[in-house]
Amino acid sequence: MNREVVITGMGAVTPLGVGARTLYERWLAGQSGIEDGEARASEFEPTEHLSIKEARRADRFSQFAIVAGDEALAEAGWDRGDLPYESDLIGCVIGTGIGGIGTLERGKEILMEQGEKKVPPLSVPLMMSNAASGTLSLRYGLHGNSFGTVSACAAGAHAIGMAARLIEHGDAQAVVTGGSEAAMTPLSHAAFGALDALSDSGISRPFDARRDGFVMGEGAAVLVLEDGELARERGAKILGYVRGFGASSDANHMTAPEKDGVGAAKAILRALEDAGRTPEDVIYINAHGTSTPLNDRAETRAIKKALGDHAAHVKVSSTKSAIGHLLGAAGAVETVATILALRDRMAPPTLNYGEPEEGLDLDYVPNEAKPLENGSKPALAISNAFGFGGHNVVLALEAE
Amino acid sequence: MAAAITEENVQKTVFEALPQFGVDESQITRDATFEDLDVDSLDLAELSQIIEDEYGVALKGDDVGKIKTVGDAIDLVVSRGS
Repeated sequence: MNREVVITGMGAVTPLGVGARTLYERWLAGQSGIEDGEARASEFEPTEHLSIKEARRADRFSQFAIVAGDEALAEAGWDRGDLPYESDLIGCVIGTGIGGIGTLERGKEILMEQGEKKVPPLSVPLMMSNAASGTLSLRYGLHGNSFGTVSACAAGAHAIGMAARLIEHGDAQAVVTGGSEAAMTPLSHAAFGALDALSDSGISRPFDARRDGFVMGEGAAVLVLEDGELARERGAKILGYVRGFGASSDANHMTAPEKDGVGAAKAILRALEDAGRTPEDVIYINAHGTSTPLNDRAETRAIKKALGDHAAHVKVSSTKSAIGHLLGAAGAVETVATILALRDRMAPPTLNYGEPEEGLDLDYVPNEAKPLENGSKPALAISNAFGFGGHNVVLALEAE
Repeated sequence: MAAAITEENVQKTVFEALPQFGVDESQITRDATFEDLDVDSLDLAELSQIIEDEYGVALKGDDVGKIKTVGDAIDLVVSRGS
C-alpha cells in the first residue's frame, strides 16, 4: 500500500516577488510580473537573504532555490539543523531546465578573454544542473537520496513526482523538492529567439488567438513533502496533498508538442488513475499554457481528450499569463499556486485574454478570478507541465 | 610581471583575498586556521589561483592538506619562491 504524500511547506521566488503567498495573492488580483517583455525576479536581492559566502557559492538558480527552500522549511516548522526525521530518510529533488547557464556564460567569456588559468574553480559546482539539489541537501543536512531532474519545462513537476514516489515507496520519509531556473542570459535569450519560441509582442496571453510565443521568466519554488502518517504524528499543518503523478513522452518532435495532445492526455489520465480519481473529480486545471500557438492548441485538445464532456465544466488558467515561462521552475511554481488556489477555492485568472480562437473554448478564467466549487467532493486539481524533448508530466493535487 | 615573493607581499595578498570569499576581516591572522575561518578546499583553489596569478607559484593538490593556518599558506608560497 502506497503511503500518502502531504505538503507541509512551500516557498517561492518569482517575477511577482519573494514568497509563495505573494505569488498567489498578486496573481489572484490580476497583477503581472512581466515588464518590457521579460519576467525577471526583480524583487529578489541575494544579499537580503544570503551571506557573501552563500551568495558566491551559488549560481542565481541555486540562490532562488535556497530562498524558496528556507521559506518552505520555515513553514513546515523544520528549523535548520533540527529535522523531524532521521536525516538519512530525507531526500532532495530539484528540477531545472538548464542549470547554471549564467555561470557557464561568464566562464566562457573569461576563458576566451583571459585564458584557461583564469577560469574560476567554482565554475563546475555552480553551473552543474544538480547544483540546486546539492546546495539544499548541504544547507539543510539532508542525507537521503538527492538528485536533480532535467526535463526542460517539465523538470519542476518531474521533481515533485519523483519526490512523491520516494515517499510512497518508503525510500524517504520526507523530501525537499521543487524547481529552479535563472536562464535570462544573452545566450539563452538568443537561442530561444532563434527557435522562434519567444513572444515578439512581449505579451503572455495563453489561449488567446493573438498569442505569439512565451515570455521568459525566472524563479523557483520549493516544497516540503512528507509521509502523511508521520506528518500527522508530529502535528504538522498539512497544506495539501500530492495525490497522483502521470508522465508520458510524445516521441514525436524535439520541440513541438504532438498536435492532438495524445501524449499529454495520457499523462493527465495516468495522474488521475494514480490518484484513484476520475476526470469528473477535477475542479481546476493549472495549465501549462505557455502562450505559444502550438502548446495552447495541443493542450486544449489534450484536456478535452482526457476529461471528455467534463472539460467544459472545469476552470483552466495559466500562471504564465502573470509571470511568464519559468522553464524548469514552472511546474514547481505552478504546483504552489495550484495548492493555494485550491485552499482558497479560487481560480486565479488567465491574464491578457481577449480574443478567442476557434476550438480553444474551455473556461480559461479570462482576466478575473472565479470561485472554485467542489460541492461534496474533495478539491482536486491537476497541474500540467510539458517540456522540450516531448516530456509530459501531470500532477494531481488536492487541498482541504 | 610577477610581484616579488616576500612574506610581506604574500601576506597582503592573502589577507586581501580572504574577505572576498566571505571571511570576516577581523578574524584573519597568521595563526587563524582555515577551518576556523570556514575556508574550505574550494576557497583554497580560488586562493591558489590568485597567488599563482600574482607570483607565478602554484599551490596544488597535496599542498592543500598540509596547510592548516593562514601562516602555513603564506610560508609555503614564500618557500616556493626562494
